[in-house]
Amino acid sequence: MSTQSSRATARLMVAPSVVLLFIWMIVPLILTVWFSFRIYRLLSPERNGWAGFRNYTWFFNSPDFWLGINNTLLLVGGVLAITIVFGVLIALLIDQPVWGQGPLRILVISPFFIMPPVAASIWENLFMHPQNGLLAAGAVGMGIKPILFLESYPMASVIFIVAWEWLPFATLILLTALQSLSSEQLEAAEMDGASSLSRFRYITLPHLTRAITVVILIQTIFLLGIFGEIFTTTQGGPGSASTTLPYMIYKQALIAKDIGRAAAGGIIAVILANIVAFFLMRSMGKHLDA
Amino acid sequence: MARAVTPRRKLFFTVAAWSIALLIFFPVLWTILTSFKTEVSAVASPPELLGADWTLENYSDVWARSDYPRFFLNSVIISIGSTLLGLAIAIPAAWSMAFVPGKKTKDLLMWMLSTKMMPSAAVLIPMYLIFQRTGLFDTRIGLVLALMLMNLPVIVWMLYTYFKEIPAEILEAARMDGASLLNEVLYVLTPMAIPGIASTMLLNIILAWNEAFWTITLTTVNAAPLSAFIASFSAPQGLFYAKLSAASTMAIAPILIMGWFGQKQLVRGLTFGAVK
Repeated sequence: MSTQSSRATARLMVAPSVVLLFIWMIVPLILTVWFSFRIYRLLSPERNGWAGFRNYTWFFNSPDFWLGINNTLLLVGGVLAITIVFGVLIALLIDQPVWGQGPLRILVISPFFIMPPVAASIWENLFMHPQNGLLAAGAVGMGIKPILFLESYPMASVIFIVAWEWLPFATLILLTALQSLSSEQLEAAEMDGASSLSRFRYITLPHLTRAITVVILIQTIFLLGIFGEIFTTTQGGPGSASTTLPYMIYKQALIAKDIGRAAAGGIIAVILANIVAFFLMRSMGKHLDA
Repeated sequence: MARAVTPRRKLFFTVAAWSIALLIFFPVLWTILTSFKTEVSAVASPPELLGADWTLENYSDVWARSDYPRFFLNSVIISIGSTLLGLAIAIPAAWSMAFVPGKKTKDLLMWMLSTKMMPSAAVLIPMYLIFQRTGLFDTRIGLVLALMLMNLPVIVWMLYTYFKEIPAEILEAARMDGASLLNEVLYVLTPMAIPGIASTMLLNIILAWNEAFWTITLTTVNAAPLSAFIASFSAPQGLFYAKLSAASTMAIAPILIMGWFGQKQLVRGLTFGAVK
């Protein structure tokens, strides 16, 4: 039914979104490439000119860079592992016959709606604070020394906070997927004498594969750019212990005010993100019915 | 009911599930409780619950002494503004992709989603400079534009998955009955599309409200929303615990309540229709 003119109208209707997104993507990208080859320091504007690849080599030679990559991977991998394992367990539990499943869902999903700086600040002050935090009070109550969470275990603490924010998302998606699993299949398996573990292994888990893939894909998109939680709690410290790649770029740009180096870091981040995106998009295509 | 559920079994699972759910929710609950305590009571050791001094003073203090109302207003304007603008641009696009799909439609949708993979920090500097040169830095309109563009791929995707479920035959039937294009859009399509548009709007207001990179880096004072306000709220020696909790509660309450209403749509919306 699509005529020549309706196709033209259709293109016209898509155009604003595509053009705007293209500009939003390409202009900053070109500028970033340009800056990454320049000497450009806001604190010493008299020095400028071409830097060649020096901004890039500075990044690669900085010990913070490899730490930053490591921390970024640790953050994404750690949060994914925690949210998926516990998400599956909690979804299985809520899927059982229980009273008040509606209110349960609302309680479980709540952390997802808390804005990252608030979530981070709640955990930092009300819970992890070494003197006044609730966890410190608990430690004192048990007669042990309070743990300096953000000072001694900054990365683990940040991963924990972010996992708390994303666990609800994973749980809700896995729960939705579980509820579409036919109970007849499970009952048939039970009557054939399959143990509950093998029922989970051979029926439930394969059924959840698609949902788990989607959780990994969507969460990775958001987790790669985690910023607010680190900004609010550790500021990347102590030292550089909890600096991720995005946070390192932020520090170069707005604290060290070295635009050239920050831009080089940005380009490296874009290339790494594209490698991840390539694999994600390929498997995502199979799971999204566009 | 094929499988008999013994009351005992149900009781066991109910207790277990509620314990886990309350554990997950506890930090939010504790923050809300702390916001009603006096500062002394808030940092008391051991922690006070039943014997605490309850007060409403923190709320009036935060409201009166800080610039809280301005931050709050900025959050409202930026999240609602960017969502409405995004919808205005995305509705035609999603519409034509769903009803007049071409060979490239799927690639286009995938490309849109891939722009979200670009790390924001990577393009921070040019954004910062562009915003400063154009006078958009620290303005509400600047943040409306930035958040609109950031969430545009999500908006297009969500609308697309909703629109695609409207059967195209209905359009043809209306056309056969002699409906004009305007009538078709007004009386046939719009009523069917409204639920999808409403859930897209709800979820995107939540995403925009909670955004914390551009709102922190592209503002200083005038346009700074709640995310920037909370991120800068320090608690030296715990003197401001109750006030911090009150400010936090005020920052999350509107979105938490919206989220409770929207949670049924959340799964579908944020998985782009892959999990229903």
